Amino acid sequence: MPVTVRIPTPLQRLTNGQGEVACEGKSVTELLANLERSYPGIKERICDQDGKLRRFVNVFVNEEDIRFLQGDQTAVKDGDEVSIIPAIAGG
Amino acid sequence: MSYVLGLKCRECGRLYPKEVIFVCEYCFGGVEVDYDYDAIRRVLTKAALAARPHTLWRYRELLPIEGEPTVGLSSGFTPFFRAERLAEVLEVRELYIKDDSVCHPTLSFKDRVVSIALTRAKELGFDTVACASTGNLANSVAAHAARAGLKRYIFIPADLEMGKIVASLIYHPTLIAVEGTYDEVNRLCAEIGAKYPWAFVNINIRPYYAEGSKTYGFEIAEQLGWRAPQHIVIPAAGGSLITKIGKALKELKLLGLLSEVRTKLYAAQATGCAPIVNTIKERSDIVKPVKPNTIAKSLAIGNPADGYYATKAVLDSGGWAESASDEEIIEAMKLLAETEGVFTETAGGVTLAVTKKLIEQGVIPRDQSIVVCITGNGLKTQEPLLNRLGQAMRIKPTLASFESNFANRKEVSCQ
Repeated sequence: MPVTVRIPTPLQRLTNGQGEVACEGKSVTELLANLERSYPGIKERICDQDGKLRRFVNVFVNEEDIRFLQGDQTAVKDGDEVSIIPAIAGG
Repeated sequence: MSYVLGLKCRECGRLYPKEVIFVCEYCFGGVEVDYDYDAIRRVLTKAALAARPHTLWRYRELLPIEGEPTVGLSSGFTPFFRAERLAEVLEVRELYIKDDSVCHPTLSFKDRVVSIALTRAKELGFDTVACASTGNLANSVAAHAARAGLKRYIFIPADLEMGKIVASLIYHPTLIAVEGTYDEVNRLCAEIGAKYPWAFVNINIRPYYAEGSKTYGFEIAEQLGWRAPQHIVIPAAGGSLITKIGKALKELKLLGLLSEVRTKLYAAQATGCAPIVNTIKERSDIVKPVKPNTIAKSLAIGNPADGYYATKAVLDSGGWAESASDEEIIEAMKLLAETEGVFTETAGGVTLAVTKKLIEQGVIPRDQSIVVCITGNGLKTQEPLLNRLGQAMRIKPTLASFESNFANRKEVSCQ
């Protein structure tokens, strides 16, 4: 069972309208690279030119903000759920 | 007539139509409402404003709606007054309170943003509104939506103060208490908002909602006699209010309604949840999220949406930031009540406690004009005050009982 990645509305155009996609990878960085292979163009939306997560994107692994874990090196395993969520929300 | 040109990404400048869009689909930057200021300049004059009703809608040209306002028609234009007795205690010359603890109808500044958000939600064709809230927004969305005849889903952290829960339930919303922090509620709502066709006021229609906070800044300037104060101390949760007060003053300057703006903005947070204060003190542009632990629950946002922009607004203005402990918050709530007769919630305690500290540190000079932003009402957050105030003297309904209780008190004298 691969990792489930939840795709925010602004990026669903790149995933053929799917709000959830299955993806393989051992870390968040690997997941993003594999996501790019399946859905070309998606990584540059999530990451800046240096490959780092953009300022206004938050990533959660099993509901925990990866900034409280190991950032983009956070490990993921089969069955985990990863959410990509715009940071500009709430308050 | 609308003066809104469209939406614009604050980061990359991409333009979007005035629809349900809250982030740039290219860089995820927040989008902001873009106005036709040249057209506004021709109609929004001091003389025109002087003839208008005392509500937040007097600044209608600078608010992002298309037609006439339909929600929150009595909201805004709250008291603004010189706080002489408090100034004496703090040893400053010119101190003012902007008092949204009595904003209509739900006693916090959130009535401003919700008035705009729900007017816009109706224009966009929604029949259901929702929000993720630390309490005040919950109360406001529940009340305004009831009156507007909209269905309402309110998401809050499960451990909120009883006053804030009751003051939501009375309007009969669907109230969802999430077992987690506000940040968890917020993340959940972002995911729910992507699936359900609801207007989440602080998520998918946030660009419109957030503009309502500007009215707090417009009123400060107008009520001060069309003058920008030298210092404004502002509570920070998501950081939007600071950003929008800064924007409000800039807009008034741009329109010629203020001749000079040199206002320094200060962010106030609780020590138990100070991600924006930390970022400002480090002069950094990376906001590190925190896990909140404070009695100021309405400010307990560990992952502030506008943290980056709030930091920028404060540092660009030449302002600064400070935090206050739970003990300092309670003392400041008591001080405001005892000197100025205003019972504010814990967030107001944060703002006043921080003002006091910044004055004592010499950051805010004692001889300049200072505005303290009071944004919520103390009746909603009574728990931290239990056992912290004096008690009522209990007596029998007889003169003898009264006099025996007070006989030894020197301050009580008979005529």
